[in-house]
Amino acid sequence: MTAPIEVSGPDVKAEPDAVLTGVERKAIQGRSLGQIAWLRLRRDKVALAGGAIVLLLIFITLPGVTETLVRWFGHPPNEYHQNLVDPTIGTPTGKFGGVSTDFLFGVEPINGRDLFSRVLHGARVSMLVGLLATLVSVVIGTVLGVIAGFFGGWVDTLIARTMDVFLAFPLLLFSIALVGVIPNEWGPLDGNNLRMAVLVFIIGFFNWPYIGRIIRGQTLSLREREFVDAARSLGARNSYIIFREILPNLVAPILVYATLLIPTNILFEAALSFLGVGINPPKPSWGGMLTSATSLYSVAPHFVIVPGLAIFVTVLAFNLFGDGLRDALDPRAR
Amino acid sequence: MKRPKVLATAAAGAVLLSLGLSACGGGDDGDGGDGNGATAKFDAGTTGIVNASEKKGGVLKMGMSDDFDSTDPGNTYYAFGNNFIRLYSRTLMTYTSKPGADSTKSSPDLAQAPGVPSDGNRTWTYKLKPGLKYEDGTPIKAADIKYAVARTYDRGVLGKGPAYFATLLNAGDYKGPYKDKNLDNFKGVETPDDSTVIFKLKDPFAEFNELVTFSGQTAPVPQAKDTGSRYALHPLSSGPYKWEGDYQPKKGGVLVRNTNWDPATDPNRKQLPDRIEIAAGLEGNEVDNRLLAGTLHVDLPGSGVQAAARQKLLTDPKLKANADNPLAGFHWYIPINVKNIPNVECRKAIVYATDRDALYRAYGGEVGGELATSIQPPNVAGRQKGTDFYTQAQVGYKGDVAKAKEALAACGQPNGFATTMVFRSDREKEKAVAEAMEQALARVGIKLTLKGYPSGTYTGEQFGSPAFVKKDKIGLGTYGWAPDWPTGYGYLQPISDGKAIVSSGNSNPSEFNDTQVNKLWNDVVKLQDPAERDKVYNQIDERMREQAAYIPNVYAKSLLYRPTTLTNVYYHAGFGMYDYANLGVTG
Repeated sequence: MTAPIEVSGPDVKAEPDAVLTGVERKAIQGRSLGQIAWLRLRRDKVALAGGAIVLLLIFITLPGVTETLVRWFGHPPNEYHQNLVDPTIGTPTGKFGGVSTDFLFGVEPINGRDLFSRVLHGARVSMLVGLLATLVSVVIGTVLGVIAGFFGGWVDTLIARTMDVFLAFPLLLFSIALVGVIPNEWGPLDGNNLRMAVLVFIIGFFNWPYIGRIIRGQTLSLREREFVDAARSLGARNSYIIFREILPNLVAPILVYATLLIPTNILFEAALSFLGVGINPPKPSWGGMLTSATSLYSVAPHFVIVPGLAIFVTVLAFNLFGDGLRDALDPRAR
Repeated sequence: MKRPKVLATAAAGAVLLSLGLSACGGGDDGDGGDGNGATAKFDAGTTGIVNASEKKGGVLKMGMSDDFDSTDPGNTYYAFGNNFIRLYSRTLMTYTSKPGADSTKSSPDLAQAPGVPSDGNRTWTYKLKPGLKYEDGTPIKAADIKYAVARTYDRGVLGKGPAYFATLLNAGDYKGPYKDKNLDNFKGVETPDDSTVIFKLKDPFAEFNELVTFSGQTAPVPQAKDTGSRYALHPLSSGPYKWEGDYQPKKGGVLVRNTNWDPATDPNRKQLPDRIEIAAGLEGNEVDNRLLAGTLHVDLPGSGVQAAARQKLLTDPKLKANADNPLAGFHWYIPINVKNIPNVECRKAIVYATDRDALYRAYGGEVGGELATSIQPPNVAGRQKGTDFYTQAQVGYKGDVAKAKEALAACGQPNGFATTMVFRSDREKEKAVAEAMEQALARVGIKLTLKGYPSGTYTGEQFGSPAFVKKDKIGLGTYGWAPDWPTGYGYLQPISDGKAIVSSGNSNPSEFNDTQVNKLWNDVVKLQDPAERDKVYNQIDERMREQAAYIPNVYAKSLLYRPTTLTNVYYHAGFGMYDYANLGVTG
């Protein structure tokens, strides 16, 4: 055993250390990838703000929270307040779309439903569909991407061609057609629950190739790396290599693309609702609110602005957070 | 243009003042105000002629956001198309050009008198007026009308127009003149000489005069001049105007005076402007803006202004004075499917619980419509107001929850039941109606699941398909109907006769198939007296509501704007919009 070199303060006058005088010395610690990423992310104020909004959005859409907020600050989402609306023109009689302490975001034209409460309830639809659809895409995309990239050969060819087929699919037209023919009940699901499940399925299932391609590419390059060769030469089985060597290295790209996919999916849900094939009324959804607003934008602009702003803020928050996360996880991106 | 403001502000002595002003107004601005008192007041054009004038000259500008379904008189089905083609097409009969209820009455056009029925309403004979000519000076012959009717048999060439002749006439399996060039093989119409047209029907049909009135399908077409589907671009004119060159679909065209049209033979049309310019494919709000600015005179579809202009019109008294708010001909009612909700008490519960006030608001309150009592709207000749069986046509009426619960108990479902309501997802008003129904029925425990479908397929494949209605257990839906011609037959037969239920494009989505009503329909076509027939129609109307197969909702009203430069404007109830064959312009 050799004794460690003793470094004791005043006796040693090494020149290079002079620059460090006054700097508090700390023992050098090894940092995990996660810690490094967190450190980087912490410095990115914009991404943090995005993340905070995302957390807030998730919080307010939790079961019970939405209802409580609506009970405190609003009215039930389907309750009519016709006394606040001009019966012939259909627009709110109050200023700025009927904004008041009682109706924080004003009221809807025609029947005077509380916009605050409808936007809040609409957030739940958007977040649920956006998050679940992303989960579906990520799971399918990761599984198939890893299989294609790792095994190569005809498996890869088959999966890659399947991806091409899916990418060439006219998704929007297909969803319009499919949502038109779904029945009222299917197993335990009915009404809007079934609609949401179908939306999640369509959006999630048809968007997997985007993430699948990235995972396949990453796997392709990872499997040629030295540490994989090393594991293989030690006799590791394929499942060990995939789960222990490759997947941990894919966590970063999966996280990043998932956060960037969520806003796309939220927009897609809004687009489907806008086209009238999304969530059925009277359940509020942002896209559905926008559709109602299009014919009235010139007479009741607040009706466009409120759900429009909600979509805008949500998508922006997810994108900023996703961008920040990518920068933090991928040092080369800097 | 200044008169309305003065009138509005000077309330006192308005009669004296308006007399004086209209007299001097007629003098100095020369718009031929004629001093008939019906100038520029809100809704004045609904009941009378605004700016009545005989002054010729000027350019009349018409525009629209989309396009005609066709400019071929035999191939247009829209009311505005049938209104417009009268500028260059004359038919055996046409609607009377008069304001008020008279406009729904048939008046001879090419014919000397209304058709004479014989053989128990199976044969209808028309005599043509003498001296009628086309734009090229050649005479109009009876055979040309026979040919015009024959060409409606070919749905491949003329697929958009009404198909009444092919269903009613006794012509075997005639395929149309494009596949069978010899017109003698068409036995549905006989022309013993150049001025006699005889229609031969399979079965008795009482309202043949109304049938030839509503569409342009009896406008004469010389066989030698027919170019098939290209004929629409320049139909040979028999009316006061003719196309200058060709009509260009999606772009527009120009109509100029037809010098071979003889006003002495035509009491229903005027020939005031020198030119009529038609612009198609404009943006909806642009049409309204140009209308308000006076650079466009007529919004062709005649269904009224859009939301933005609507608010401007209703809030600015000066603009409002130039607007009319007539009934548009549609009744937006709610059929209840009697197959999926077979118990009449359960259907009554739905009608009792309906929040009429919320539905009324959904269609825009007093400007958007009138609360309906009968299924037939007021434009239908002989229609009676009817009694409210289970609902009340009253502003502010929110439904009767107690009665609804009683009916539910009688139906054996005291806690309510669940069903589906469908609507057209791209129609905001219908969405609001569906939402209001959901709220109202929830009060008595009836749980509605709402489902929206695009209007392009709604009446064909969803609510209009009994198989789909059955599969999805659809209990009710939004629907609207305007008659092809304004009689009880035109309005009620397609929506209440059991025979009218078809597998797709079904116009009787309630699948109302009542033995009593079916028998009335079989008998009414044999009646000669219109008043007797009207009595039967009202009886059928009552029965439909008594069976709670329909919820009366709102008779649609449109908000039309007439620029001050437009003369001879009046609302024509036969078409549900302004009469396009009699308009003029100042300057």
